[in-house]
Amino acid sequence: MAKLILSMDGLVLKEITLTKERTTIGRKPHNDIQIDNLAVSGEHAVIVTILQDSFLEDLGSTNGTVVNGQPIKKHFLQNNDIIELGKYKLKYVNEAPAAQAKAADFEKTMVLRPGAMKPVPGPSQAASASVPSAAAPESGGAKSFGDTLVGGGSAPGASQKPSPAQSAAALQLLSGPNAGKELELTKPLTTLGKPGVQVAVITRRPQGYFITHVEGASFPVVNGKALDAQAHSLSDHDVIELAGVKMEFFLKA
Amino acid sequence: MDLSGVLEIASCTDAGMVRSHNEDSIASDQERGLVVLADGMGGYNAGEVASGMATTVLVTEIQQSLRQKQPFDIDEQSGLPFAQTLLREQIAKANTSIYQAAQSQPQYAGMGTTLVVALFYDNRLTVAHIGDSRLYRLRGDDFRQITKDHSLLQEQIDSGMITQQQARLSQNKNLVTRALGIDPVVEAEIHDYETLPDDVYLLCSDGLCDMVSDEDIGMTLQTLSANLRLCAQQLVQMANDNGGRDNISVILVRVRKGYSAPRGPLSRLFGWFK
Repeated sequence: MAKLILSMDGLVLKEITLTKERTTIGRKPHNDIQIDNLAVSGEHAVIVTILQDSFLEDLGSTNGTVVNGQPIKKHFLQNNDIIELGKYKLKYVNEAPAAQAKAADFEKTMVLRPGAMKPVPGPSQAASASVPSAAAPESGGAKSFGDTLVGGGSAPGASQKPSPAQSAAALQLLSGPNAGKELELTKPLTTLGKPGVQVAVITRRPQGYFITHVEGASFPVVNGKALDAQAHSLSDHDVIELAGVKMEFFLKA
Repeated sequence: MDLSGVLEIASCTDAGMVRSHNEDSIASDQERGLVVLADGMGGYNAGEVASGMATTVLVTEIQQSLRQKQPFDIDEQSGLPFAQTLLREQIAKANTSIYQAAQSQPQYAGMGTTLVVALFYDNRLTVAHIGDSRLYRLRGDDFRQITKDHSLLQEQIDSGMITQQQARLSQNKNLVTRALGIDPVVEAEIHDYETLPDDVYLLCSDGLCDMVSDEDIGMTLQTLSANLRLCAQQLVQMANDNGGRDNISVILVRVRKGYSAPRGPLSRLFGWFK
């Protein structure tokens, strides 16, 4: 579960777990997080938490709310974001489930029963709409969730760039009209050859570079040996023959 | 009408790098232009049971119904092509089967599955989906998602609460708002689209689109559409190279040429001799 760490001048004052759907921040005592400082407005900001995600919204405060040095109106909080209110700092900590325990246990897809959960608040009504507060899947058997735990989860993967192969690589053409030309293999996939005649693809993977036959009657030849339909791992200075053109694969330092 | 000469279909399914078993299920019938993909959910092996039931029920029942009626026949009551009615009815049937199995057998309690089904006929396709399994289309340079997920995240995007970019950072990715077999009744979202020769369609489970960005998926389809089988394997491999946190399933369908349905007795007769 996400939490906030309140500090001033590097001194940790308090740790607050975001259990409520709305956590208010302000100078007045009725706030969930009260910061008694004149730079902080009576009702300064609010954090809306929906399950694992939290959104910070400035409530029209006099001095504004700053996240990671940028003034914001509304902000989708990410792990380790620093919220600044005057001299006070709030660090948002929400580690990805994978970091807390075995991924497979956490990434169960769950079904939100239609109708059981109130509609997601829009930006304007976010302040008034009520969404069942975040609850652990186990305790979710109540109204807000299906009591169903379901496989097929997800991961914060799409945002992560595939880790590139250790080193950059390129092809140098050894024959044909463009002999001497160099082709950098920067994309995850690079196709070679003539469409309809013979095409092969070089894939860049974390383990290295691989060449695979795509189409055409004849297969690419690497170091004098014809490939089969399987992907073939390329080593430095391999010579590839494809559609009558010879080229050398080499790794760049 | 036999679509074997018109459609080229390739598929690949994999447990991924983290999970011990594969709860996805895929099926296709090239002749009838039918492809089905389901991503099961539920403890132990219940997810596999749910997704397996979904694909089996849908394929066998749809095959059965298509012996009596053509997908392009217009339903007199609704004015819709039979394909729509067919998918709606058979999905309801599959839902009931899974729901009842889940109710009667304690080890299957709470199982469910997402679903995406596409039926090709008469230069078009009818697609039905539930949950976050998707259909994408590559047409020329244009690669886009056709179905819209039934998920909390999609609802947040629709309501303007977060943007597509922010959605990638969300930790609420695993919440679907609709699934097959969870409730006694479920509504599938069904739409019709025209198809063009050389279109490539991709059906996939969230194990692919959560691990590989849409740009990379689109690029792979463009680069490797000449070899669909390799393309399917490549997509799975990319998801695994990026961590493979979930089961990954893909079905690729390429439309080779037009396939307008033979209508009227004369052209039907003609169709037989083709």
